[in-house]
Amino acid sequence: MKKLLIFAVFAMTAAVTYAGGYRVSLQGQKSLAMGHTGVAVVNSAELVFFNPAGLVYLENKLNISAGVSGVFSDVKYQNTEFGLSSETDSPVGTPFYLYASYQATDWLAFGLGVYTPYGSSVEYPTDWAGSHLVNNIELAAIYIQPTVSIRIFPELSIGGGPIYVTGSVNFNRNLNRTLADIDGNRSNVEIDASGVNAWGYTIGAMFTPTDNITIGFNYRSEIILDADDGEATFNNVPNSPLTPFADTAISASLPLPAELTVGFSYSFCEKWLFAFDYNRAFWDVYNSLDIDFADPNIPDSFNARNYKNASIYRFGLQYEATDKFTLRAGYYFDESPVQAGFFAPETPRNDSNGYTAGLTFNLSDRFQIDASFLYLRFKEVDASYDFYFENGVAVPFEGTYKSNSFIPGLGVTYRM
Amino acid sequence: MKKTFIKYLFVASAAFLVSCEVDFEDPITDEGFYTTGEANMSSFVAVGNSLTAGFADGALYITGQENSYPNILAQQFALAGGGEFTQPLVNDNLGGLLLSGNQIAANRFVLSVDANGNPGPAVLAGTPTTDVANGLASPFNNMGVPGAKSYHLIAPGYGDVNGVLTGTANPYFARMATSSSATVIGDATSLNPSFFSLWIGNNDILSYATSGGSGVDQTGNPDPSTYGPNDITDPTAFAGIVSQEVEALAAGTSGGVLLNIPDVTSIPFFTTVPVNSIPLDEATAAQLNATFAQYNDVILPTLVAFSVISAEEAASRVISFTPGLGNAPIIRDVDLTDVSAILQGPPANLPPELADLLGQLRQANENDLLTLTAAGVLGAQIGDDPTAIGGVSVPLENQFVLTANEQARVAAAGAAYNAALQGIAAANDLAFVDARSALAQVANGGVTSNGITITDQFVTGGAFSLDGVHPTPRGYAYTANLIIQAINAKYGATIPLVDIGTFGTVTAANN
Repeated sequence: MKKLLIFAVFAMTAAVTYAGGYRVSLQGQKSLAMGHTGVAVVNSAELVFFNPAGLVYLENKLNISAGVSGVFSDVKYQNTEFGLSSETDSPVGTPFYLYASYQATDWLAFGLGVYTPYGSSVEYPTDWAGSHLVNNIELAAIYIQPTVSIRIFPELSIGGGPIYVTGSVNFNRNLNRTLADIDGNRSNVEIDASGVNAWGYTIGAMFTPTDNITIGFNYRSEIILDADDGEATFNNVPNSPLTPFADTAISASLPLPAELTVGFSYSFCEKWLFAFDYNRAFWDVYNSLDIDFADPNIPDSFNARNYKNASIYRFGLQYEATDKFTLRAGYYFDESPVQAGFFAPETPRNDSNGYTAGLTFNLSDRFQIDASFLYLRFKEVDASYDFYFENGVAVPFEGTYKSNSFIPGLGVTYRM
Repeated sequence: MKKTFIKYLFVASAAFLVSCEVDFEDPITDEGFYTTGEANMSSFVAVGNSLTAGFADGALYITGQENSYPNILAQQFALAGGGEFTQPLVNDNLGGLLLSGNQIAANRFVLSVDANGNPGPAVLAGTPTTDVANGLASPFNNMGVPGAKSYHLIAPGYGDVNGVLTGTANPYFARMATSSSATVIGDATSLNPSFFSLWIGNNDILSYATSGGSGVDQTGNPDPSTYGPNDITDPTAFAGIVSQEVEALAAGTSGGVLLNIPDVTSIPFFTTVPVNSIPLDEATAAQLNATFAQYNDVILPTLVAFSVISAEEAASRVISFTPGLGNAPIIRDVDLTDVSAILQGPPANLPPELADLLGQLRQANENDLLTLTAAGVLGAQIGDDPTAIGGVSVPLENQFVLTANEQARVAAAGAAYNAALQGIAAANDLAFVDARSALAQVANGGVTSNGITITDQFVTGGAFSLDGVHPTPRGYAYTANLIIQAINAKYGATIPLVDIGTFGTVTAANN
């Protein structure tokens, strides 16, 4: 229990996470070790996130899972035409989760989840070549989800629950490519909004046609974070009526898109389990990042994003090696929602390949330690953001990006 | 056993993290990605005048120096293995100069909004902190000396702080000269440059032009020691001096680059104030025409009759105003026959004041260029007399007008300098930048690069700073690109250009 507490405290003090279309798939060490599959895997309280319908099938009365990951990500940018190069120095992201389920009757289970499926933390060197698009961004969203799971027939269960989200965003960029005060300090704006709350829901179903095949379905709704009382702080603005940038209130919306998952698991040779998940993320809701400045002298900021819906294909394998150890491995292909010409450096995401591995160590009948490791590899990509305008003229920001992430994670599972 | 296992695990994971550090297949930061070809940029020295120093907005200030074209070049050279580049940075962003505590050079211009909401250049308020008397006594990679003419670069004593007030020395060079007898070229070569640039000669015609032709065209007089500050340097002397300077700079280097002299009439200082811009109502126009009727109808024909002036000159001296917006100012043209003494004698017997007014009087025409500084006197009251209106009842002084004759002298000398510079570049096998053609392009429709267009339009064009003569950082970046292209072509280098749109233009600030 002490460990749980440590996890929780650690996570709350640094609830910032890795960027990449700002969806962060790190919602359980057991699942992550298997390529972040889990919609059809009955393993632990991680099901609160992956598929609430499965909770009712858990063997124990009380199931608790908690964990945290350390996201070490690195993005490099270069432009050969002008000899520009930069590298992010992003803080280590620490997405976390805490799930609990309680078996009320043989057909009814309740659950509660706290997790961070969306977030971003990217920090470029101040005034770098793309500083008119972003200097740094920190986005955090914490989902809190009470859950119910009901077995309708022996082979079929359903589950779901409401989701309460509390989010915050902090974003800094330079006002344009050149504006500076009299001493050459670049003019920039910092947008800050916190305590932004919204509601959504999740529903799932699980079908077990035979002893060794499970089929799962889960849908998590879209949630729009409407920040109506954010603040914009302007720095290093020239002392001139020509640059009337005074601190003001802002409003902006950031969508956390809906996600649909279908998948199955197949157990074989007693100790083996194979799982496949297909995710569809409905990113097309993210058309544009618009910032409405309350001060009428400051033109509103329109930043086209035009994301498209994207698919993720996940594969996982589990092997119960000994009484003490369970080994897991996985792979996934993550299709980027970013379209050509819309590659903005605050979410430098192109298609990626995720390689995962991990293990569970049984400390006792009740306690397990879950460890996972994810290596997320992005192909080197020539990309541009073509929708930045100066005086009405589009000024594309072009270059080559290369990024990757190392994400070790640790968790505990408690059963009673 | 357990400890050892953990230790190995730690070492193994550390090795994994290190070996998997993200990097490009072909990183531009790798040695050899960009090359300087046959040129060696380990020690680059830039010599020249205000343009080389990074002078802008009528002053030399830190952010201007940071955006000098040699500094922009050095940063691109560094991508291809170039060495450190030092500049004699001033103390502040005000730009004015002190000499032993007394201000001797004005602060910079900024784009300021006046009480009526109109933006325009204004001098930035504040006490400058750069005192010329606190000499740096060191050579710098940037040896650009604002105000320097061709012959100044080899003149001993040009950096003697005791000569600044008397005009024999230059405050900017006095601030950095290694000794009171040092020369700019001598200090530059003391750095043993591996590569050099020289852009000199602009001031050899520019000071004549910006003073409205107040100096003397010294063509034919090869002795610069006899020149005044606003004179045009003899082209033959210019060719010999620059040739000598280039040979001194080129000795021991891997190469260098020369730039020629832009056409001074394509800078906003001469293209901003239109010649026909004085508005007059019907009554004032009629009154003025009545005032000048005697001059037009009696005095001028009489002077022709007595063969004092030609009929052609008389025609050029006729004054005529019309109701409306498009009246040209009356001006004093020193190339006209001075008839003031004659008009005081019989038969005219004019009072000395009036005779002096009419002495070299004509109305400006479309072949004249008004200086940017003329904007302050044109149509404005001169002195305490409310009827004394600049260009209307008081002629514009010579310093505000570059007449067609004066332009011709500037153009002739400029063409001769440019022929010499091109010959010197060829004789010394150096890269050559045709800055004259490049600036002509900016002035005639503008130059577009990566979505950004720069023109010679004052304030808004992006290329020229608020003094109307010197470039903005963006204008200097454009210059740097011209030089990089010339070096790449001449020396087989692959130095990347800069994105000129990322360089600023004029700076907004209210006092």
